[in-house]
Amino acid sequence: MKKLQFLIFVLILVLFVKVKAQTPYDDPKNHACLKCHSTQIISFQNEVTGTEMKRLMNPYYVMDTIAIRLGVHKSFDCTDCHSYDYTTYPHDGQLKLQPMSQCLDCHGGDPTYAQYQFERIDEEFRKSIHHQKSGDLFTCASCHTPHTYRPTARNSNTVKEIVSYSNNICLSCHNDMNRYELISGHENPKIVQIHEWLPNQELHFKNVRCIECHTQITDSLMVSHNIMSKDLAVRKCAECHNSNSMLRASLYKYANLQARSDSSSVKSIFFNESYVIGAQQFPLLKKLSYIIFFMALGAIAIHLIFRYIKK
Amino acid sequence: MSSENSKLYFYPLWLRIWHGINALGIILLIITGISMQWGVESSFIEFQAAVKIHNISGVVVTLNYLLFFIGNIVTKNISFYLIKPKGFFKRLTKQANYYMFGMFRGMKSPFPLSEKRKFNPLQKFAYVMVMYLFVPFVVISGFALLFPEIIIDEIYSLSGVLLTAVTHSVVGFLISIFLVVHLYVASIGKSPLENFKSIITGWHNIH
Repeated sequence: MKKLQFLIFVLILVLFVKVKAQTPYDDPKNHACLKCHSTQIISFQNEVTGTEMKRLMNPYYVMDTIAIRLGVHKSFDCTDCHSYDYTTYPHDGQLKLQPMSQCLDCHGGDPTYAQYQFERIDEEFRKSIHHQKSGDLFTCASCHTPHTYRPTARNSNTVKEIVSYSNNICLSCHNDMNRYELISGHENPKIVQIHEWLPNQELHFKNVRCIECHTQITDSLMVSHNIMSKDLAVRKCAECHNSNSMLRASLYKYANLQARSDSSSVKSIFFNESYVIGAQQFPLLKKLSYIIFFMALGAIAIHLIFRYIKK
Repeated sequence: MSSENSKLYFYPLWLRIWHGINALGIILLIITGISMQWGVESSFIEFQAAVKIHNISGVVVTLNYLLFFIGNIVTKNISFYLIKPKGFFKRLTKQANYYMFGMFRGMKSPFPLSEKRKFNPLQKFAYVMVMYLFVPFVVISGFALLFPEIIIDEIYSLSGVLLTAVTHSVVGFLISIFLVVHLYVASIGKSPLENFKSIITGWHNIH
């Protein structure tokens, strides 16, 4: 009897684990769409000639099946968003002209997603340079590929991952001639060139999100979507390096080395303008220093009074 | 030189020169240091000027420290700074007791100064701490801040530069407390100015 109970328990466990891990894309080879859209070469039966044909898949339509299964929409099947008519092949050319569902069609006005503030994001986005320049050509999906999008800023534990994921979103257009031109209608400016003024460019790109300088940061919205034009972007080192002690220290080091490299004389060692503020940054130390100082003065005053009295 | 036996030539010329430069340098360092702590906008000395004065004074005090360090060894003046550990704490409290209570009750100084004993135990302890611990520390950390590339980047996720800057100013603060107490204790004597005169002339009155 006990054996049977145990068996049932194991069965339930296996079923549960299987159910939990299941997404429509677990078996791409047998998935109606992915059997073609996850391979480079597709083969199909030509019903006119009765032969099997092979074609190269348009690389822009090849899906990354692993990334899909990690994305936020992994539990949705393709036809939940794309037209059901896509299940027949060859696809009807007219289908392309049908308008796609927009993110807010599902996410807008739904209390389930209230914490993500999609409406505010939309409001912010409408102020951004992206919307100003490209209008409705620019959609949420232009940055947040719905197939594979992961909310790393919320879920990742490593800052490096958050930074690289976020920056890759920007670079997917700003560092890609075709994708950039598709939306903007002109060639993309070269990232390295327009950031030439920025010291330690590579280090900044690796460790700071583009949006840190290129958006109006508000603390009520997790990620600001009001991407500003480059004239409004942060260009003052001190705006970041002053508020954070670690950043300030690294700026000190940079400014100090810079001042010394500009002129190699001994003078530049003494007269360089970089500085780092010490104990006053810590209110506790500041308070403690006042207490110790006034205690010392108090002790001296008392001693002095006794010296005067006992003279 | 009027009464030979009550006056001792305590402070040789080199030591007085060192002390003079050191006093001036440290005072400038403290004033400019405090000024810089107030930040760029509210410092009472123009910030860049304070930085310049602080840096130059720092280097002068450092070079001067070498004079003190080498001079002490060459002239055997170092013997006045050597602490015999046995019973030292007892001697310290005895001297502290004298300053706090004894001197007001007409007690004689427990460690009268002589040719062999230039400093009382409390003085000796304070001088050793300041001259062989605090000053070397601010000198080294000060130079590290002049050449920040030699500082370790991160110490347990704290910025090395910031940590150096903070400890530099904490120890600098302790030195300034020492200076205040040092100046006050120096005024304890037959007359308040007596000890100040001795460090200028070199001659110390023994009562």
